Amino acid sequence: MVRKVIEKFEVEYLQVMDEQGNVDNSLMPKISDEQVKWMYETMVLSRTFDDKAFNLQRQGRIGTYIQFKGQEGSQIGAMAALEDKDWLFPMYRSGAALIARKTPLHQLLLYSGGDERGLLCSKDINNFPIAIPVGTQNLHAAGCAMASRFKGEKTVSLVFMGDGATSKMDFLTGMNFAGVFKAPCIFVCENNQFAISVSRKIQTAAETIAQKSIAFGFKGMQVDGNDVFAMYKAVSEAVENARNGNGPALIEAYTYRMCDHSTSDDASKYRDPKEMEEWKAKDPIDRLEKYMRNKGLLDDSYRAKVAEDAKNKVEAAVEEYEKTPAPNPEDMFTYMFAEMPLQLKEQLEEYRRLK
Amino acid sequence: MVKATIVQAVNMALDLELGRDRNVVVMGEDVGVNGGVFRATDGLQKKHGKERVIDTPLSEEAIIGTAVGMAVNGMRPVAEIQFSGFVYSGFDQLFSHAARIRNRSRGRFSVPLVVRTPAGAGIRALELHCEQGEAFFAHAVGLKMVIPSTPYDAKGLLLAAIRDPDPVIFYEPMRLYRAIKEDIPEDDYTVPIGKARIAQQGDDLTVISWGALSKFTLDAIQNNKVNAEVIDLRSIYPWDSEAVLNSVKKTGRAVIVHEAPRTSGFGAEIAATIAERAMLELEAPVVRVTGYDTAVPFARTEMEYVPSEKRIMDGVNKVLKF
Repeated sequence: MVRKVIEKFEVEYLQVMDEQGNVDNSLMPKISDEQVKWMYETMVLSRTFDDKAFNLQRQGRIGTYIQFKGQEGSQIGAMAALEDKDWLFPMYRSGAALIARKTPLHQLLLYSGGDERGLLCSKDINNFPIAIPVGTQNLHAAGCAMASRFKGEKTVSLVFMGDGATSKMDFLTGMNFAGVFKAPCIFVCENNQFAISVSRKIQTAAETIAQKSIAFGFKGMQVDGNDVFAMYKAVSEAVENARNGNGPALIEAYTYRMCDHSTSDDASKYRDPKEMEEWKAKDPIDRLEKYMRNKGLLDDSYRAKVAEDAKNKVEAAVEEYEKTPAPNPEDMFTYMFAEMPLQLKEQLEEYRRLK
Repeated sequence: MVKATIVQAVNMALDLELGRDRNVVVMGEDVGVNGGVFRATDGLQKKHGKERVIDTPLSEEAIIGTAVGMAVNGMRPVAEIQFSGFVYSGFDQLFSHAARIRNRSRGRFSVPLVVRTPAGAGIRALELHCEQGEAFFAHAVGLKMVIPSTPYDAKGLLLAAIRDPDPVIFYEPMRLYRAIKEDIPEDDYTVPIGKARIAQQGDDLTVISWGALSKFTLDAIQNNKVNAEVIDLRSIYPWDSEAVLNSVKKTGRAVIVHEAPRTSGFGAEIAATIAERAMLELEAPVVRVTGYDTAVPFARTEMEYVPSEKRIMDGVNKVLKF
């Protein structure tokens, strides 16, 4: 008889850049000045868009909007590691990722404005429509990655979810399938500390979310999600590993939702304002700005120009959205099936007769 | 031509399509080495390889959910759910995703997915191994739902389902898996989704059924020498209302026979359509002969649940004598 330890596990944590914008050069990923500027400009554009969309909802110019404020670093850092042919499986809070992945801003407004054309997916980049039920997208990403492997393609799939989704079976079974089939799938959990009002502590008794992949046979890592360089590094390594046929990875982006759950929510009911202040000091954009200033990549005039460009792009998107006429209502019938079945044809006729 | 049962016909269709289209994969629990618990996928992994006939971990929602992702990425997965009673943990993936992705992406993405699953009572199986719930899928807009009841239709409808650009739920009537053997072509052919089969021509009334009860309804009609037009609906969504209405307009009487519970069963849809569009041709009220709104009882009494010849004939006589 014997009683002994048969396995031990470790969970890594990665931060490259601290809150003052200082980086550890031994950890700093290879990244060009142009890429750093792209990250900064995309983060500022995303934040500007997010703030504007919130205001538009309050003015009644769009419907429910899901903010992502505070999570620009984790989303844009991750997206910098993907190629257009790679697959993104976004969720409802993945706005910054979608902006980084070339989604026209007015389309995001169309979606929140109640127009399905907001979900249009460009043929030039593999962005899947956002998932609305929590966590279900994990299985799509795992399956898509399985298909890439079976077809011998070098593309990877990356899926975003929140900490709440880690309680759902589709997260667990998605990781299980990806692990078993060595699917090139990167699971990115943005742990923003809340599922609407429910704190991360209530979501799981596990110390980290990153460790959940261990049960499925692959690596999980916790990353400072407000550090765009750490996210870029962690996701790049996971992508390279997956492309080389070594299977999936889980990345827990440790971050904070600096906004309500949605425009229908009021986080002051359940959140300590002190906590918000603490996280403001860790803002991913401020941090990158400090780094860039130290490196000579940013001065006041560049900063003002980026802000101005972002404002102009967002204003142009609002104009484009507001001048877009309502879609053809018959589209509700058009896209249900490749070929319209008898029952739908009859109902379309009825619609035409009575509209 | 070759003599085949339904389960053999399913196997032939899968084999043919795996050979014809590199993007087709068969996936599910026990479908590979074991060839499926009903042997529907017997020999396929050996012939087509482990990456085309895939033994998956045991998770219905993940089989369906990953199949959705595979379909979006250009494959044509044929997922097997071992018994239809276990499909419901994957229903969210069907209802919320498979059925909506074409619409949500405005046509950029589609889900050419088939979910094959044995359904129905009558083989003394365990609880939750004997249900039939076609109405759930007919009501989940964006899905197609078919149930063959003959070997010929099983092969032709499965080939049509795999080639269909949209998701199709493919019920296989367990009670008939090996109950019928008939000559079917070895070659490629399809049976169109959405078209009913006239199993017997007749003048006095129309009897509409599907799945295993198609056979037992026809048996009842023939045993009792009723001059009935017997329709095997085959497709539940879209369904062949034209064939049903044409027949009812001719006979003036209709009985609908199905195994699923009566309330909100698909028979209600058919009865309502007949009432809306053939009221003046009707000589009698439409009657439904169905399973009860109960759990399917365990093996010792399950056949008390399934519409019997006596119950079918009671419905037929009610309508004929009205």
